[in-house]
Amino acid sequence: MFSFIVRRIGSSIPTMLILILISFALMRLAPGSPFSSDRGLPPEVLANLELKYGLNLPWFEQLFVYLKGIIFDFDFGPSFKYTDKSVNDILAQGFPVTLTYGIWSFVAAVAVGLPLGIVAAVRHNTKLDYAAVGFSIGAQVLPNFVMAPILVIIFTLWLNWLPGGGWNGGQWQYVVMPILALSTSYMASIARITRSSMLEVLHANFIRTAKAKGVPMRNIILRHALKPALLPVISYLGPAFVYMITGSVIIDIYFSTGGMGQFFVDAALNRDYSLLMGVTIVFGVMTIVFNTLVDITYAWLDPKIRL
Amino acid sequence: MNKTSNMNISAFTLAMVTAGAVMSGATIAANHPVTGEKLASDQTFTYRLPDGIATLDPQLVATVEGSAIVRDLFEGLLNQDELGKIVPGVAQRFDFSEDKKTYTFHLRKSNWSNGDPVTAHDFVYAWQRAVDPATASPYVWYMEMMGIKNGKAILNEGMDPKELGVEAVDDYTFKVTLDAPIPYFPSMVTRATTFPTHRATVEKFGDEWTRPENIVSNGAFKLTDWTLKEKNVRERNTEYWNNRETILDKVTALVIDDENQALLRYKAGDLDKTEIPAGQYGSLKKSNPTEAYSFPRLCNYYYGFNLSDNGPEAFKDVRVRKALAYALDRNVIVKNVLKGGELPAYTFTPTATLGFKAPYIDYAKWPQKQRDAEAIKLLSEAGYSKSNPLKFEMLYNTSESHKKVATVISQMWKQKLGVQAVLVNQEWKTFLDSRTKQAFELTRGAFCGAYNEASAFLDLATSKANYNYGKWSNEEVDRLMEDAKTSADPNANYTRVETLMREEMPVIPVYFYAGTYMIQDSLKGWPTENIQQITYSRDFYKTAE
Amino acid sequence: MLVNKKKMAALIDSNAEQGQVKGRSQWQDAMRRFKGNKASLISVFVLAAMTLFAFLGPLLSPWDHETIDWELIGNAAEMGAPQFANGHFFGTDDLGRDMYSRVLQGTQISLMVGFVGTLVAVTVGVLYGAIAGYFGGAVDNVMMRFVDILMSIPYMFILIILFVMFGRSVYILFIGLGLFSWMDMARIVRGQTLTLKHKEFIEAAVMAGVSDFKIIVRHIVPNLLGIVVVYMSLMIPSLILLESFISFLGLGIQEPLTSWGALISDGASTIQYGTLWQLAFPLGFFVTGLFCFFFIGDGLRDAFDPKDR
Repeated sequence: MFSFIVRRIGSSIPTMLILILISFALMRLAPGSPFSSDRGLPPEVLANLELKYGLNLPWFEQLFVYLKGIIFDFDFGPSFKYTDKSVNDILAQGFPVTLTYGIWSFVAAVAVGLPLGIVAAVRHNTKLDYAAVGFSIGAQVLPNFVMAPILVIIFTLWLNWLPGGGWNGGQWQYVVMPILALSTSYMASIARITRSSMLEVLHANFIRTAKAKGVPMRNIILRHALKPALLPVISYLGPAFVYMITGSVIIDIYFSTGGMGQFFVDAALNRDYSLLMGVTIVFGVMTIVFNTLVDITYAWLDPKIRL
Repeated sequence: MNKTSNMNISAFTLAMVTAGAVMSGATIAANHPVTGEKLASDQTFTYRLPDGIATLDPQLVATVEGSAIVRDLFEGLLNQDELGKIVPGVAQRFDFSEDKKTYTFHLRKSNWSNGDPVTAHDFVYAWQRAVDPATASPYVWYMEMMGIKNGKAILNEGMDPKELGVEAVDDYTFKVTLDAPIPYFPSMVTRATTFPTHRATVEKFGDEWTRPENIVSNGAFKLTDWTLKEKNVRERNTEYWNNRETILDKVTALVIDDENQALLRYKAGDLDKTEIPAGQYGSLKKSNPTEAYSFPRLCNYYYGFNLSDNGPEAFKDVRVRKALAYALDRNVIVKNVLKGGELPAYTFTPTATLGFKAPYIDYAKWPQKQRDAEAIKLLSEAGYSKSNPLKFEMLYNTSESHKKVATVISQMWKQKLGVQAVLVNQEWKTFLDSRTKQAFELTRGAFCGAYNEASAFLDLATSKANYNYGKWSNEEVDRLMEDAKTSADPNANYTRVETLMREEMPVIPVYFYAGTYMIQDSLKGWPTENIQQITYSRDFYKTAE
Repeated sequence: MLVNKKKMAALIDSNAEQGQVKGRSQWQDAMRRFKGNKASLISVFVLAAMTLFAFLGPLLSPWDHETIDWELIGNAAEMGAPQFANGHFFGTDDLGRDMYSRVLQGTQISLMVGFVGTLVAVTVGVLYGAIAGYFGGAVDNVMMRFVDILMSIPYMFILIILFVMFGRSVYILFIGLGLFSWMDMARIVRGQTLTLKHKEFIEAAVMAGVSDFKIIVRHIVPNLLGIVVVYMSLMIPSLILLESFISFLGLGIQEPLTSWGALISDGASTIQYGTLWQLAFPLGFFVTGLFCFFFIGDGLRDAFDPKDR
């Protein structure tokens, strides 16, 4: 276990380096500059800006200075667009927001999707099953940029139950709609995967034996079937979480949560190099950490796998 | 989760209760001192901000939305009233020398939000700071345009910023020396770039001085919360010299990226003011006649030809340029696509610009049928026909309404002239890059006057302007614009320039912008007549329903 | 991609067990089983009909996808509703363009993005995986480490940067989406190749002096077709979904061309202005299409995996 984690950390370093290199290179190759504007700037001002942000150095030196700042001072540099703020400030603002609704969405997706899938499998080919399958495919294909305005129309305009956007430090009223919009399609995917893997397990010989022995259905499911049935679900959770975080762009745009997703797109559009790199690195680390967690859980559930 | 959310609920109810208590206490003597209207107990103005504010530093701020916030937080020498006329700000009055090259501003006694006095030295510091290349202000061109003595040398030749032609004669007298008399100079000091800054604070906190916990300002409001991409909150500044006339207690800007989502939230009562999405003004005016506003703005919208060596050969023929300009049915664009009270444009300078007298533009008076016929004729004279169609790329930057306009224009040309205009849209920064490098054929452009005078637009037509992306150059235009700077009647020159532009057609004027807002009936004081939309939240108040 | 890994693993096992000798009968079995699955079968017909309709349907309309109906421009809410009288079967958009033709045009593009993107991903994935598996050893090690690294990159971000950089064209969409989706395929194919490599017929080919490249293309790749087909059926809908997300961000297809994602995104933004047909028709096509793909995917997976049920 311990050595697995050490190995994982070891392998994540080249991964991060490659990620940083790719995004750094892409960004610098992109046409346009962070300082371009409708009118353009006088050369003296431009030179000063380049000096301030270190853009006068050769690219490898820029990269080196940048990495050094992160590693030794945990400093992601100043933002190019938000001149009054540093990237650290923006990450400190956006990261907790994205993480909060991301984790709650994740929890909601698992907490609803898993039971739904299990019930559908146990009641295979009943109305309940059909309803669950219908819901999960429907929910999976409904884009959340359609769902978000519908949610606002219902809960804000008609019912006046929830504020139509904002974050307010994460008060629950502000978090409900982002979670709903973000989690639904993953809820559906999890339900579908759970159902099909549960069905498979329920047809397996050891379950048939247990049934024949007269073990109550409830016990069969909880004690015997659940664990093997969960494996494919677990392996889906890693990518699902990454997808959720990616989908957070839409949540941020519609619900003005001030999360990281929109900062990323915005940074890419504005050539805010340092902010873009900062967000990419944070998301990269999150992806790696989450995949590691998923692998550990997987190993814990499946004794055949050694870490 | 349960625990925290319960706590939040109780905190929330508690807040409601206290708010209620305050409300009931405040409603007793709340009538507007002048109009006598009954005031709402909650004097909070909430509006939509389309994007996070990049900076609140007066010398750095470059966006319309950012400048509006800076005008709440800081106050400059002069302000504008609801019609756009100049009224006193920190300066109670000003006088100028005979040659109009020296302006002296007499400041009132007023305080910064921390109690320090606002003096002429704060203005000297701020103006030097704005010009200093080390500050690297994106709005430095504005300071250059003001023509302050030594400004150009500081910017371009490395002269010490201390040499700038500004001086604190004493604590309350601020003197400016100009290179040449600029008739609109006083109106230029209403712009945020010229607002004072508190030196000790800037020097102590560096880039971080504008944060709510650090900022020292002299406006009617002070910054209390600034969460990027979520909100920006200003509250009453009790140190402001005219605080007793401020009625609003709080101004909240909520960042809402999507304009349709913003309108939904306006309808739900979350906002007092929001922009109307393109094309929706007409129906909203019908359903909410007292809330939908449209008013002209000092901005143009045009398509510019690339006339540089990189540009297509076809556009070098003036007949082609004219044909495209004639066949573009502006009435369809403003009446059917945008529908927000925009005006069709036949000149580059908006007709509402102060002092500007538009020349007689013949084709503006023709019916569209005649324009189309003329266009077909010109195009065939230039050698293009259905069998040899004119083909070019039409560049615009990503935006829902630019997309609509471009689509419609390209279809007009296609159906009337058989011209194949291929749409190309690019993100803003890529778009700027393409324009700067003349890597386009026909490009969308728009320009808002930084001050209310035709030169704010027509400078763009001069060959040396670095934002003259089409690289059109005409010696007479250059000369006329140069002369206008010192001329007694510059507007005659501007009219002549417009005539030349009509003859040469380097750009196709499409329309003049209109501002379209939804404003709740309870919010009063919005300066709908101010063409530059220079607003001050301290002029607003909310009435009780 | 969002493919059920366990199922894929089971499928790989069964495929490997059956191997080359029973190749033909495996396909026949699979097809027989697939035909027994009603939902999948219906989906195939619906999808085929939709594809046909997308390409032939425009012939039925007097309007094309870009021509503006000048009578209706700007009056979508009042006069743009679906009707037969003026030939706008699905109504018009805000600019008076015919929704029927636009929806069909968008269907063409979205299906194409799904298919071509998948084709790119599968081609790259199969070749990469087959090469890594066939050569084994250090080559395999290096190549698969690289895949591991790529898989832990939040590639959506890289994709966004790419779209911002290169502007928009259908080709960028195809290539961009495809190039970021081949890693799973490569892994699966590599595993398969490792087992295939030691089968007699491959060893015989090696002995006969057939070149490595030929062996991979002629003998290994054809034996992977079962998995590839299943995988493709699962990847197509996920790419279509991805495209809709990109379109929402405004980074997708260039006007006047359109796609399901772009149409739905436009329709969703006008949801409050009484022009629901602008959302309903593209969304209907989108949902129907994706339902079909999901059912077909499920059916194929079950068909190629006899252990299930």
